Amino acid sequence: MSNDPGHLFMIFAAGAALTLVVGFYSLITTRNLLRALIGVEILMKATTLLIIVTGYVSGQVALAQALAITLIIIEVAVIAVAVGVVLCIYRHNKSLDATFFTNLKG
Amino acid sequence: MAIDIVLLGGLVLAAMATVMTARLLRAVIWLAVTSVFVALLMFRLNANIAGVFELSVCAGLIPAIFITSIGLTQRLTPEALAVRRRERLKRFWHLPLIVILAGIALSRLHVPLEAVMAPAPAAPAAADVRNVLWALRHTDLLGQIVVLLGGVFGVAVLIMEARHEQ
Amino acid sequence: MLSLLVLVPLAGLMLLSFPFGARLRKWATVLAPLLPLSQIILVVFGPAGFWSGSGGLDRFCDFGLKADDLSLVMLLSIGIVVFVTLLVVGELVEGDRQRFSFTNVLVVALIGMNGTVLLSDVFSLYVFIEITTVSSFVLIAFNREKNALEGAFKYIMLSAVATVLMVTSVALLLLVAHGTSFSVVREALQASGSNVLVKIAVGAFICGLFIKGGLVPFHGWVPDAYSAAPAPVSVLLAGISTKATGIYALIRLVAHVFAGSQPLNHVLLFVGVVSIVVGALAALGQRDMKRMLAYSSISQVGYIVLGVGCGTPLGMVGAVFHLFNHAVFKSLLFVNSAALEQRLGTTDMNQMGGLGSRMPFTGATSVLATLSTAGIPPLSGFWSKLIIIVALWQAGYLGYAVLAILMSVVTLAYLLGMQRRVFFGKVPEALAQATEASFGLVVASVVLAGVTVGVGVLFPWLFNTFLLPVSGIL
Repeated sequence: MSNDPGHLFMIFAAGAALTLVVGFYSLITTRNLLRALIGVEILMKATTLLIIVTGYVSGQVALAQALAITLIIIEVAVIAVAVGVVLCIYRHNKSLDATFFTNLKG
Repeated sequence: MAIDIVLLGGLVLAAMATVMTARLLRAVIWLAVTSVFVALLMFRLNANIAGVFELSVCAGLIPAIFITSIGLTQRLTPEALAVRRRERLKRFWHLPLIVILAGIALSRLHVPLEAVMAPAPAAPAAADVRNVLWALRHTDLLGQIVVLLGGVFGVAVLIMEARHEQ
Repeated sequence: MLSLLVLVPLAGLMLLSFPFGARLRKWATVLAPLLPLSQIILVVFGPAGFWSGSGGLDRFCDFGLKADDLSLVMLLSIGIVVFVTLLVVGELVEGDRQRFSFTNVLVVALIGMNGTVLLSDVFSLYVFIEITTVSSFVLIAFNREKNALEGAFKYIMLSAVATVLMVTSVALLLLVAHGTSFSVVREALQASGSNVLVKIAVGAFICGLFIKGGLVPFHGWVPDAYSAAPAPVSVLLAGISTKATGIYALIRLVAHVFAGSQPLNHVLLFVGVVSIVVGALAALGQRDMKRMLAYSSISQVGYIVLGVGCGTPLGMVGAVFHLFNHAVFKSLLFVNSAALEQRLGTTDMNQMGGLGSRMPFTGATSVLATLSTAGIPPLSGFWSKLIIIVALWQAGYLGYAVLAILMSVVTLAYLLGMQRRVFFGKVPEALAQATEASFGLVVASVVLAGVTVGVGVLFPWLFNTFLLPVSGIL
């Protein structure tokens, strides 16, 4: 591993930040509900990576891993419930298109 | 160092592919590929157990959940698929552009990291994540159990009750 | 012994979910209210030994739970609102099976909220906030009705953004702190608070909490989720769920971790006052009662944040007191709307009228809640708003104080408008057969009204015993 933690951090953080950009882009531009959830997944992956990176750079890999594992478990629970909600929406509208979100206004 | 840059590049490219593919199923597969890249990066950072978790859960369980749900929803006809393919390229051509611009902006950024970082703790290097998880973060473990319970109840309420209705 | 507050509900859940607990399931809805009820009793009458946190169960499994006065006020609020929600569930959710599932998810939310207010670690705080949030998703979408699902999905999306913000913040904080507990992070912030990464971290976490608390400009999910959710869930959400997660975490972190940073206080003041104004003005134009109450919640939460942003002990006392009062009177208003929905099948205020004579208890309690929300003496809402405004005045934020007073007038306006449209005037023919709501709802509304009146009238005595100790958290 490189001896220069700052340099390493910048490169990894840049990678994570770009992934965040991709994830947010997906959230903003997609019309499909499942793709929105995939975008959420991408975002959470980027943040998990960021935790591991900062843990590595500050010498706390064990703590960072513990946090990352908890994060992954929470991710699963959120995605499971979210997919459940999306499937129920599909049952109502027979479509995964988000443009039907016009009922609640004001 | 070089291999890290390759892996990071692969990560960003896989994420872009996830967003830009036309078929939902392909998007989920690319999501799994993205997770594999993240896991590989974790292995590079000595976070072995987290990497294993990431592989098994995010590259295994979660794509399985997505694929099951896709299976329960409508398939696209070939004509609709062709239309969507053309549309996608028109809609999403600016994603690579944004990523490249963001990348350039980030590489110009200089963050004063060294001034801030506290010196590495004198903790024994053999601090294993299993010990940390059990000894230090047992509240998080409790939280994991409860959140999984919540997820299970949630899925039961949302999916199975609906099936009873039908 | 504090772990009991989290472990007992968990044990109850697991017991009832196993096959041999099958016969107990029918009693679940009856047994479940005992949980928040015992919580209330423990807070009000509990022996000091229970709360000092050492000894007993904690020797076996130490979860690092600590209770100070802020936690006690939160636990009391949580207990009251969850108790009322369970009362309402019995009336409004049909079918044994449904009631059992609902109670299960509600108890998960209770565990989440209890855990949040007792923890002293930044990451674990996030974990338990997320537990409460995930169970809220399920509760909002519980009856799988179209609008409810839409509201739930919007909440999921915004909550995911909040998650990203909070976790990124924790990741950045790991760079300067060797752990995530409050004390470690506070020391680290004091040592290196001027570094730009640290500022980004703090800002990101605060923004994540703004989303969870439903503050402007991140309030997009609140009107949809509150209005479309099933009636008991609206009571829970508006009464305590957003407050025990976003707002409590804000108070706790500002008081203990991000101690006394002036730019942060200015941000809080600004966001608070904008939320008050936007919430109140938007509530004026609403037709649907629950939607109006949702905007009203955004507005009242703005008052709480305004009190926190003051930076003085008095402001903090006012904020926490207003949080408690809001839990009581907003839950009462939502219980009233649940009663209306139960008997009339609608929450559209334009279709209502003259129901004061047909539904006396609902009408009377809603008048009390209206007066308390608008800050009319001697009800509880008056005292907490007064404290916040005095704190603002003392700290020199005269402009904010004046705006707060002006918006109280607007609050009175839209709530009185609701009263007039719903409870006074002539009864339209379609509703001629309406009767008072069912027993559970009436009991719930009377209990809440009693608390808001009692706290208001007994305020001078309560101030010394209950509230001044809270200022000690600063």
